[in-house]
Parts: sequence; structure tokens; C-alpha cells
Amino acid sequence: MNIPYTVEERPDTGLANGKLGIWLFLASEVMLFGALFSTYIILRTGSTEWPHGELNVALGAVNTVILISSSVTMVLAWAALKMNNFGRHRLFLIATFLLAGIFLVNKYFEYADHFARGEGPWHNTFLAIYYTLTGLHGLHILGGMIVMAYFIGPGASLWKRSPEQFTNRIEYTGLYWHFVDLVWIFLFPILYLL
Amino acid sequence: MHSAPPVQKYVFIGVALLVFTGITVAANKFHFAVPLAITVALIIALAKGSMVAAVFMHLSHERKWIYGALLLTVAFFLVLMAIPIFTIMDTIGTHKPPFAVERPSH
Repeated sequence: MNIPYTVEERPDTGLANGKLGIWLFLASEVMLFGALFSTYIILRTGSTEWPHGELNVALGAVNTVILISSSVTMVLAWAALKMNNFGRHRLFLIATFLLAGIFLVNKYFEYADHFARGEGPWHNTFLAIYYTLTGLHGLHILGGMIVMAYFIGPGASLWKRSPEQFTNRIEYTGLYWHFVDLVWIFLFPILYLL
Repeated sequence: MHSAPPVQKYVFIGVALLVFTGITVAANKFHFAVPLAITVALIIALAKGSMVAAVFMHLSHERKWIYGALLLTVAFFLVLMAIPIFTIMDTIGTHKPPFAVERPSH
């Protein structure tokens, strides 16, 4: 059975179903992170003192550079498919996957350093919201890596059968990945700098 | 399907995002007053976020259904952000902590 509108656009929306679907999913993600950002505002404005300098700014900045670079490689992976260059696409997608992995490794070292000093989420309100926000963001990174691993591995065979559908899938993966990058762009200053 | 995407533009935006990250970290060294520091950091983050959304996520040229869905999301997001602001409005400009518990005097 063929699923309709995976490649061709629906006449009413002017979009392939997958594209509208991923944007609606991202809209729900905005509300999920929005609720936590809102919580952060309540906690911060409600506390009489707020710790500064508890986090490693250099490591946070390095992770920002890594995630921005991964967004560039992700969009280049999609662009390579648009230019019918599967080899180049694969190279960029693997680069994105590796950069995501490095981000998580850095995050592991950051968490480990805090835990070694007994600074878990129970330590204070700041660390509680820090672990909640960065933990949820980290899970999104992991989710993105699983999807990328699928398209580097078994999912890549779709390129031979239906290049347009494969290109669309990579575009949707990219939209999700850029959103994860976008969330970090706001997390970095509010948690590490302010 | 085979119209060439603007690869150079993507790389340029990537470099601009890295430069803005550098500016954010450098601005932090100046130790501005908290309201100014928050304003500067959020303006830079908004600029970076807009670049990612407009160029990498192709929102600069999307279909109206996606703009419609996002407009609705932005409206609800702003309500979500406004709720905590409303809860502290009566304490702005005072030295009273927003959620201070007033204890009865003995």
C-alpha cells in the first residue's frame, strides 16, 4: 500500500504530509520547552538569591560551537541530496552524528564533575532547573542521534528506491535537529551566563 | 528537486552564528547590571535563533499552513511566558521578594 503525499504536495495544504507533521510536532515541542522556560522565570524571580559562576562557561561555549557546527553539517547533508550527491550527504550526516556524540560526551563530563562535588539536582533550585532543562535537551540530542543512525545505516537504502522521499525524510530530520540547536541557543545564555 | 540549494549562504550563516556566540561570551566578561545583561544576551540569542529558523529551517520562504501553525504557537508561547511575569508584577520596583511569606508578629 502506498502512503499518499510522502513526496507530492497535498492540493489543500501545498505541503507533503510529513512536513506539516514535523512542524506540528515542533510546535508541541515549543510548548514543552516553553513550560520549562516559564518555570525557570518563576523560580528565578521568586528566589532571593541566584547562584552565578556554578557552571563551566568555556565548556558550555564549546558545546554551543559544536551544536551550531552540527546544524551547518545537517543542512549541508540535505543540500547534498538536493544536488544528487549521496556520498557527500553521507559524509555530512556522519559528521552531524559525531558532533552530536561529542556534545553528549562533554555534557557527561560536566555532569560528572558536578556530581563528584555532590552538586546533584537536590543541591539547590538553580541546579534542579539546570538538570531538568539540559537533561531534557540531552534526551532530544539522543533521539536525533538515533534517527541519524537509522539514516546512516538501514534507512539509507530508501535513497535507491525513492530519492525524493529519502530527501524529504532528511529534511524533516534536519528541521528537528535545527530546533534542538535553537533550544540550546537560548539555554546557553540563561543557564551559563546570566 | 534538483534546484541548487544556497550552500555558501548556509556556511556564511554558520560562521555568523559562531561569531555571535563569541560576542555573547565576550559581553559576559563586562559584568553589566543584571537587567542589561539579560537584555543583551536575549537580543543576541533572538538574532541567532532567527537566523537558524529563517535560513536553516527555511522559514523565510514557507507555505502559509506552516506560518499559521507557528503563529498560533507563538501566541500560546507568549501567554506561557507572560504568566510568571504577571505573578511578580506587584513586587516590581520594590525590595520585596515576589513570593515572600509574611510571618505573623508575636
